[in-house]
Amino acid sequence: MNVNSTDYLVLSLLLFSIGIMGTLMRRNAIIIFMCIELMLNSVNLLLVSFSKEFGDVNAQLFVFFIMVVAAAEVAVGLAVIVMMYRKVHSVDINILNRLKH
Amino acid sequence: MDIYDILFWFLSVVAVGCALGVILSRNPINSVLFLILTFFAISGHYVLMNAQFLAIVNVIVYAGAIMVLFLFVIMLMNLNADVEPQKGHLVQFAGALSGGVLFLVLLAATKSAASVNIVKQSTDIGLITNLGKVLFTEYVLPFEISSVLFLSAMIGAIVIGKKEPHHPIEKEPS
Repeated sequence: MNVNSTDYLVLSLLLFSIGIMGTLMRRNAIIIFMCIELMLNSVNLLLVSFSKEFGDVNAQLFVFFIMVVAAAEVAVGLAVIVMMYRKVHSVDINILNRLKH
Repeated sequence: MDIYDILFWFLSVVAVGCALGVILSRNPINSVLFLILTFFAISGHYVLMNAQFLAIVNVIVYAGAIMVLFLFVIMLMNLNADVEPQKGHLVQFAGALSGGVLFLVLLAATKSAASVNIVKQSTDIGLITNLGKVLFTEYVLPFEISSVLFLSAMIGAIVIGKKEPHHPIEKEPS
């Protein structure tokens, strides 16, 4: 019994679904942000496994650029969350419902 | 069962278990620590797949820099399990159900994917020599653009996080 490419497919689908679940289940803005990072990482894992399967360099460079963009995204996103905390003294996303009214 | 299989299943169980710990633990600091463990397990998968450069970058950038930033913000806000907002049980159940259904749908959609034995493909494309050659020939323009992206993200974070002036703009006399 050896590891197939579908095993990596199932693993990264599982991690992605867990990220989706966390995004839907939690109310803390920081946790939701972390779940988005988890989803990005599951996609990275799948890309690397495809790169191994097809012997292609481009997939690994895509992973590299995804990491670069994720780092920039985290910097700006955490600044937004800190700013929101300074305004409303909470990271609860249910407070941010002003568009509903 | 050779050593590759054992390592694969061990790392998979660690990754999935810690990912569940991220979304199930009530204390945000525990969530961050679980996420760091998940990233280490994913880095182990990269090493298994001969992507050594990406494994090191994953540890340095994700587990090292990004998660420390998260931990820093959480400790700055002094969040713990007592002030953690909780959704109602019905909403949580609906979220878990929709995530599970999404997993099943994706699994069914990719069921017919070709199953290739991945261990046999021995390649050395993950080494930094080969990646660097492609990065600085084919992908040199995206590389430079990403440096501009970093600069703008840094400036954006500083501008967003700047304190507002104490005296707001005076209203014009009517």
